[in-house]
Amino acid sequence: MSALLELRSVTKLYRVGRSLSLKPRYITAVKNVSFSIPGEKPAIVALVGESGSGKSTIARLVLGLVKPTSGEVLYRGKSVGTWLREDPTTFRREVQAVFQDPYSTYNPFYRVDRVLYLAVKKFKLASSREEAERLIREAMRALGLRPEDVLGRYPHQLSGGERQRLMLVRALLLKPRLLVADEPVSMIDASLRAIFLNGLLQLKEEQGLSSLYITHDLHTAYYVADKVVVLNAGRVVEEGPADAVFEQPLHPYTQLLLKSVPLPDPRERWREKLSFELEQLEKTRPEKGCPFQYRCSFAIERCKMEDPQLVNVGEERRVACFLYEK
Amino acid sequence: MALLEVRDLKVYYRTIWGLFRAVDGVSLNVGHKEVLGVAGESGCGKSTLVEGVLRLIKPPGFIAGGEVLFKGMDLLKLGDDELRKLRWKELSYIPQGSMNSLNPVLRVEEQVIDAIVEHGEYDEEEARALAREYLKRVGLPADVLRMFPHELSGGMKQRVIIAMAMILKPSLVVADEPVTALDVVSQRLVLQLLRELRDEYGASLIYVSHDLATHAELVDRMAVMYAGKVVEVGNVEEVFLEPLHPYVQLLIDSVPKPGKKVVKGIPGVAPSPLNWPPGCRFHPRCPKAMPICSQVEPELTDVGGGRAVACHLYGGAQ
Repeated sequence: MSALLELRSVTKLYRVGRSLSLKPRYITAVKNVSFSIPGEKPAIVALVGESGSGKSTIARLVLGLVKPTSGEVLYRGKSVGTWLREDPTTFRREVQAVFQDPYSTYNPFYRVDRVLYLAVKKFKLASSREEAERLIREAMRALGLRPEDVLGRYPHQLSGGERQRLMLVRALLLKPRLLVADEPVSMIDASLRAIFLNGLLQLKEEQGLSSLYITHDLHTAYYVADKVVVLNAGRVVEEGPADAVFEQPLHPYTQLLLKSVPLPDPRERWREKLSFELEQLEKTRPEKGCPFQYRCSFAIERCKMEDPQLVNVGEERRVACFLYEK
Repeated sequence: MALLEVRDLKVYYRTIWGLFRAVDGVSLNVGHKEVLGVAGESGCGKSTLVEGVLRLIKPPGFIAGGEVLFKGMDLLKLGDDELRKLRWKELSYIPQGSMNSLNPVLRVEEQVIDAIVEHGEYDEEEARALAREYLKRVGLPADVLRMFPHELSGGMKQRVIIAMAMILKPSLVVADEPVTALDVVSQRLVLQLLRELRDEYGASLIYVSHDLATHAELVDRMAVMYAGKVVEVGNVEEVFLEPLHPYVQLLIDSVPKPGKKVVKGIPGVAPSPLNWPPGCRFHPRCPKAMPICSQVEPELTDVGGGRAVACHLYGGAQ
């Protein structure tokens, strides 16, 4: 059985600078990225990294909003480009998205119900208005939203948390197989964040929905994900089961990230001071070699010359670092 | 005596829908060399509170009552000129999103120097020397002075702003969400720097953030706000390890952390400042609500050990 989603050596370059110049310049948003979400049973895969690591570009590639410069993005064994040419309706129904900003997703002039009814209509999920309403109410209750609190309201009357959950309701209605969630909780309050994340877990358990959960927040990634893929400067530097990666991070970049996350416990403050030279902070994209070489305390001469490749280290774990090469 | 004492501060906005009671009777103290955290979710009034304290409220907002005593002077009664003399020199403010307030067409140097010279104590040469010195202290080389803001990362810009806030050696720095838009590594560097403000320069700090984990990392005491009021104040360790107010208990429980596999949120919605619920403002969402909670508003009551809580469970009603 083919994987639900598979990225094979995907590279995406964006052209920057003046369009008339003779020599166009490119930045590499994503470089040679491969990972997959298995098809056998539903899973949540978290894609974590700092800003500029290429996380959102990957979301856009998976949704078919941009095309890879090289490599392939396969959904159920077929490339996203082919899906969109041959059967866009099925692809658009099976692969749903939730984005970061719960404000800009809604048209402020319409009641929020509209995004739900439109989805029902577009994908012909119900034969009558009554049936549509019944489906919508069921889906809302399944995610702990009270239809009477939400239906008939305008977007500005709902909290960010409710608006994001309504996007999950929409996803639930369409019975998708894959949800691409790009920083879905970074703009909502802590008290509502947990409710959204629990909704994601619930959809996985009850509806068999797999998710690609994209975030810079390692705590929430650890909370929901089965598998974690760590990105640095557009490249996968580490991959593995969530528990293993968080308990024993291998790549020095993952170690730095985990060490820098403040814990919600005043007894566990940082003891040592972290400091970098300016050069280390500024140069994040070396011309060649390991993308993390400037900030890495283990960097050797080889790291400046060669790209470390992802190598298997133990069960389901891969890391791109010379420290682990035999 | 505390460095800053806020007594029953009220900041309201006049809107076409009615009076928007954003900050509705807040009392707080900040001691010398103390880091006070103000936590709470969006819309609870934390930013309005610090703007009120620094008297930066603009119409349609207004200060509806209360006192803000800074070194014994009531900031709310000072003339504009007297207040202007205090700004930067005594009171520094790092507003939310301030790293984006650097002028994109001016070099960092001109902006930092302008801010110093404006205060009339140093001439341009002295200002330049100070700018160099302070950039170095925040871990940036002097080259940064010759750069434009777009050449710096978010974390570097935030450090330029912090350097500016430090130069005139204020006794109180107010930082509103200074690390919110930063990556974890930059976030850590900026939090370290804020701590040094106190440890090395002896400044007091009011740190405003919705991110509880950063409070755990930085502050000495924290005040948690809900619906325009402070619901709990105390030593940061005590508040985290043994929160008293049901809202604070639920809020701390809703933060995922390693090794904790079940996290619950707080059902319901934060109320509107146009129409706060009667009695305790948290009672519609509170799992421990009692009949009294919907009728009588609990006062922030001292429960010993420097802690105060506004909840009927702790005898707030008497």
